[in-house]
Amino acid sequence: MLVNQIAVFLENRSGRIAEFSRVLSDAGVNIQAMSIADTEEYGILRAITDDNEKSINALRKNGFNASSTDLVGFSVEDKPGEMFKVLDILEKAKINIGYLYSFAKSSKKSAVILIKVDDNEGTASILAQNGINLVDQDIL
Amino acid sequence: MFYEPKQECLSNNEKRALQSERLIDTVKRVYENVAPYRAKMDQAGVKPSDIRGIEDIVKLPFTTKKDLRENYPFGMFASPQKDIIRIHASSGTTGKLTVVGYSKADIDLWARCCARGLAAVGATQESVLHVAYGYGLFTGGLGMHYGGELMGLTVVPVSSGNTARQLTLLKDFKADGICCTPSYAVFLADELIKAGFSAKDLNLKWGLFGAEPWTDEMRREIEEKLGLKAYDIYGLSEISGPGVASECEFQRGSHIWDDYFYPEIIDIDTLQPLPIGERGELVFTTLTKEGMPLIRYRTRDITALDDSPCPCGRTGVRLNRIKGRSDDMLIIRGVNVFPSQIESAIINSDERISTHYHIVVDRINNLDTMEIMVELRDDAQIDQIKEIEDIKKKLTSDITSAIGISANVRLVSGGSITRSEGKAKRVTDNRKY
Repeated sequence: MLVNQIAVFLENRSGRIAEFSRVLSDAGVNIQAMSIADTEEYGILRAITDDNEKSINALRKNGFNASSTDLVGFSVEDKPGEMFKVLDILEKAKINIGYLYSFAKSSKKSAVILIKVDDNEGTASILAQNGINLVDQDIL
Repeated sequence: MFYEPKQECLSNNEKRALQSERLIDTVKRVYENVAPYRAKMDQAGVKPSDIRGIEDIVKLPFTTKKDLRENYPFGMFASPQKDIIRIHASSGTTGKLTVVGYSKADIDLWARCCARGLAAVGATQESVLHVAYGYGLFTGGLGMHYGGELMGLTVVPVSSGNTARQLTLLKDFKADGICCTPSYAVFLADELIKAGFSAKDLNLKWGLFGAEPWTDEMRREIEEKLGLKAYDIYGLSEISGPGVASECEFQRGSHIWDDYFYPEIIDIDTLQPLPIGERGELVFTTLTKEGMPLIRYRTRDITALDDSPCPCGRTGVRLNRIKGRSDDMLIIRGVNVFPSQIESAIINSDERISTHYHIVVDRINNLDTMEIMVELRDDAQIDQIKEIEDIKKKLTSDITSAIGISANVRLVSGGSITRSEGKAKRVTDNRKY
């Protein structure tokens, strides 16, 4: 029950994100979710695509540093307090979140939240025990 | 002004006789006392008795930095340890230091050469000398210090760094002369102006600048901003340190103290000696050194010699400005840096970075800067900014400890550094000489 993402190293200069999306477009890959962390010099772009392996191959061929990571994902109802409920569980279990991003599909009344943690299995089982609705790659 | 007028103005015949006599002694001495020299000479089929005059020097094998490295630390010394009173060292390839040992006579000779250089630019016993070369294993500071003291100047051993204090001392102690690297002189001048002062607030009349290549444009800039006459001084620790050659008041190239250090220029491809005036690699033989004599030592500096008469009366053959190196050594802020030192730091720092790198050297606001771009490996597992910052921080500190000066490290995507066919071009030096 994990969600696989790609992480891409970017130098913080103009045109790099456009180049990233051009490479995936040429490879015929669809981007489903994306988030960027950046500093003055560097950025890390994280994305989920409909074919991560194909994306990584295409990106590496075009001079990007790309790798894949597994995240824990869960869906929450689209209303106030839903995210806090989950974060509160993680906080009490002393689970540290490396980063987090979310997306919602317009066709659904729920949002998906993805978190990076050290122990995927342990985190997933704690969330499941607390009745949180875990998701996997298929949700996309 | 002369420190040793007779020795500095020897006639051609007197000099050749002295050089011949000294070379014969030195060759005998190294053959008897230094195993690597004996092995090299035996291999070349040269015996000390084959050396009957300075013209026979071409029969002798060359010595290189590699020889010094292979015999690290004391294998090239010709004197027993009890006679060595000082060690200096400079950085060499693969991080190993190039070590030099000095006997009492060597320290004295070195100080006399520095004193000759000081006298040549007008220093007297009344002068205050501000020594802003680094003190320590680097020869700059202590070399000029001993030269200044020997001449009876008032020496201020400031060493390098702490620019604000340097300016205060220059103003308060009213130094007549200064010595440091030329790039630091320009930096100091700019800081002086920034602090709201000018050359009028100082008492400087002359400066001796060396330990790195510089240009006539820099000379004019230093002279204008610090209100002094700027002179070139040449040296390298292997031969002794600063003061192997020094400019006189006429600024027509540095007079080599060739009664002690015999210069040759060789073709870097054929290794054959070139006639005077032609450009090639500078080679030195020490004629009287005891601790670590060097025979035909290849300096890797590219330059030419000039033996036309100088109005000052000195007969020491003159060295033109250094026009580059025949190896890949860089001189950054006066410190010798080899790309191979940086390379081994990169290779050992983190498995997520590749061995593709490029060094860009520049001179910004008159200080040397070095940026090192290093590629991440294509398959590096990185999904958090902190991981990049950690790689960068560790690599920066690994490089600093390898080369002794700081560099700006920039991580770049795999494949973004231009690959070249054949020998990789690792360095872009944007400084102007």
